[in-house]
Amino acid sequence: MREELLMVIEKNSRIDLKELAIILGVEEIDIVNELATMEKEGIICGYHTLIDWDKTTIDKVTALIEVRVTPQRGHGFDAIAERIYKYPEVRAVYLISGGYDLLVILDGKNLREVSQFVSDKLSTQESILSTATHFVLKKYKDHGTIFEKKSEDERMVITP
Amino acid sequence: MRNPLSREVVTIKPSGIRKFFDIVSEMKDAISLGVGEPDFDTPWHIRDEGIYSLEKGRTFYTSNAGLKELKIEICNYLKRRFELEYHYKDEVIVTVGGSEAIDIALRAMLDPGDEVLIPQPCYVSYDPCTVLAGGKPVPIQLKQENQFRLTPQEILDAVTEKTKVLILAFPNNPTGAIMEKKDLEAIAKVIIEKDLFVISDEIYAELSYAENHVSIASIPGMRERTIVINGFSKSYAMTGWRLGYACGPEEIIEQMTKIHQFAIMCAPTTSQYAAVEALKNGDEDVKRMREAYNQRRRYLVHVFRELGLECFEPFGAFYVFPCIREFGMTSDEFATRFLQEEKVAVVPGTAFGDCGEGFLRISYAYSMEDLKLAIGRFSDFVERLRAEQNK
Repeated sequence: MREELLMVIEKNSRIDLKELAIILGVEEIDIVNELATMEKEGIICGYHTLIDWDKTTIDKVTALIEVRVTPQRGHGFDAIAERIYKYPEVRAVYLISGGYDLLVILDGKNLREVSQFVSDKLSTQESILSTATHFVLKKYKDHGTIFEKKSEDERMVITP
Repeated sequence: MRNPLSREVVTIKPSGIRKFFDIVSEMKDAISLGVGEPDFDTPWHIRDEGIYSLEKGRTFYTSNAGLKELKIEICNYLKRRFELEYHYKDEVIVTVGGSEAIDIALRAMLDPGDEVLIPQPCYVSYDPCTVLAGGKPVPIQLKQENQFRLTPQEILDAVTEKTKVLILAFPNNPTGAIMEKKDLEAIAKVIIEKDLFVISDEIYAELSYAENHVSIASIPGMRERTIVINGFSKSYAMTGWRLGYACGPEEIIEQMTKIHQFAIMCAPTTSQYAAVEALKNGDEDVKRMREAYNQRRRYLVHVFRELGLECFEPFGAFYVFPCIREFGMTSDEFATRFLQEEKVAVVPGTAFGDCGEGFLRISYAYSMEDLKLAIGRFSDFVERLRAEQNK
């Protein structure tokens, strides 16, 4: 049940508990308990909302920043990552393979604010060797949801 | 100028679905709950394999009975999933969909006048294909009280000395019914006793929600008299690829291959290469789609129960077959009115046989959102009808 439950709520965290119980074929109380357990185990870390900010009047810009670091003796990348992710405007920090070490995803009001953050708070840090900032120009799909108009059902309307 | 047409062909009734199809296609924003194919696209790795085979220039005929690799994988699959053992060399034929397999099986097995038992409600092709093969269709009216499963007594009541073949289609289109092992063992006794042959259309085998599907060919004494038909359309969402297969005793498959060889040559090559990939690596996709269908099935059954609508719980395929007799209308009238008033299309049960009168086939091969929208309108319609009746 756990896997199926997670797959459903990952796409729709607001789904009615009663409906969840119906479609998974289990009792509502079992779902409540399972959710509580997973929250305690840290499997479920949050219930967020996916927003297309471009459609609002609020200014928001997202940047993906690749960061190269010298790992600190005894701490590896963790200490550096922590110093970065403590900032609330930082939405994500990943340790990645490839040419760069960390990928930082950042939200700001505009390009200037993001650039300011990078130059003031990132590049100045001792262990950071270099950064490469990429601004998100258009989001087509995020967290598994397509922002563009839903595709038409192309099947013939009635088939035997 | 004389009449160019075969008398027999002209007398075959056109599909009952056609009329509805024409009406619905005209309506601009009708929502349809009438499809008989998955809403999923063929999984990418399968599509890729098909595309790759085209890039490599694999555009020639394959051997008549199908690619050797595909036949081997089919046998592995049937053993792995349903404990059926067939030899790839002479007991498997790859066809243009399960549809062709049914057609050539009938043509290979029937002499003029042979009777074919066809439990109804059933898929629209069995009757016409039987007639075209020179046989005589004999309907068996299945009952909702038996969850639309076939019983030994029903076979005994319909069998005559002319009966040769029984067409079994479980999981079933349009009812969503399944036959469990005990049901199959019960009818196997009668089938063996009366020396009948079975064409088992198992195209929905993977969409079985209670337990793993059991094939009648796995019941002792049945393998030598059964042609198992399956395919890729419903399990792997490959309806447009037109690929299926039949397995059975060598002597029957041999004759089916002969007909196939002259009428079709071979099934589409691109589809065959894609299908190899499907069988090798598609188990996870099938599981994922089955789970999705199951969620929608549970939802629909729940809604109908809440509405107090008479509906047995289906455990197969992706159809629900509710009974609408309480409204005092024919299936056709109900479906037509529902379409006009709520712009939602469902298929009247009569499209699948006379005993489908009083029933509707509602498909759940749709996303949950689309389903909720359509079912919401269905609920409104039903409440309105009930209010009218109470006046």
